[in-house]
Amino acid sequence: MKFSIIVFPGSNCDHDAYHAVKHVLGEQAEFVWHKETDLRSTDVVILPGGFSHGDYLRTGAIARFSPVMRPVAAFAERGGPVLGVCNGFQILLESGLLPGAMLRNAGLKFCCEHVHIRVEQADTLFTAACRPGQVLRIPIAHGEGNYFAPSEVIDRLERNRQVVFRYCTPSGEVSAEANPNGSIHGIAGLCNEQRNVVGLMPHPERACEPALGSADGRLLFESVIRSVKTGVFTARESIAWSPQ
Amino acid sequence: MRARVFVTLKPSVFDPQGRTIADALQSLGYASVQDVRQGKYFELDLGASSADEARKLATEAADKLLANPVIESYRVEVESS
Repeated sequence: MKFSIIVFPGSNCDHDAYHAVKHVLGEQAEFVWHKETDLRSTDVVILPGGFSHGDYLRTGAIARFSPVMRPVAAFAERGGPVLGVCNGFQILLESGLLPGAMLRNAGLKFCCEHVHIRVEQADTLFTAACRPGQVLRIPIAHGEGNYFAPSEVIDRLERNRQVVFRYCTPSGEVSAEANPNGSIHGIAGLCNEQRNVVGLMPHPERACEPALGSADGRLLFESVIRSVKTGVFTARESIAWSPQ
Repeated sequence: MRARVFVTLKPSVFDPQGRTIADALQSLGYASVQDVRQGKYFELDLGASSADEARKLATEAADKLLANPVIESYRVEVESS
């Protein structure tokens, strides 16, 4: 199966994602430049981390208008699996594919460390291989990961079980001390209502091999591979988009 | 024609940068500074033929790109030259 990794000017985790998909998981991976208007045939879309457009204006604010985001949105609309990591998550928020917005980390520090996150929902395309409540050790590296949404949106997210990951202690306890950036409700990752679009601040692609300190990130990739191969999502088709 | 757009975080949104600036001012002896909110300021040079048109353009730009409605609000001023 084929993963399409979208490359924006300033993406810098695109090669890490490519390595994880192709060399660790053994699946096909292809870079797609942000000016493309057609995803052709793809099974999974990854919006990688980095600093698209230099984080100018707001993180992800300019990338969301890249031509490739039209077919990405159409792919997501049809139920296609879309994963946004770090800046990719920020782009999903700016584009409205996921609700809410990012603020500066509460402590104003760029946080670069391994953290623990608890899998809250194991019924998304990217967590199907996890146990509910499972604790993953995955690195973060961001200055703006302080998730915010109005209280009515937070209530809806909790009611719909769209909070997929929360920062936690190594034993799985969600607490203020375990929250590196001040995110509301300790939110580290979300999904959309259809549960096919997932965004998270931690970097699973940097945690796919024991030599990197953790291989827990593999579970996200194994989840989507299993979901696609067992036909939970089978809509492999050419997603063509013509400029209007 | 020039339009000015002021973008600020909504009152309900915590502004850690503004808070840090307020703390810095207080430590400089400005005890009367109670809070600071940091925002963004844009000057748009527009080829608009009227103030109304300039305001409309700047408002559209703010809605679409300059401000994120989830966390920010904005104000537009038009300066006729």
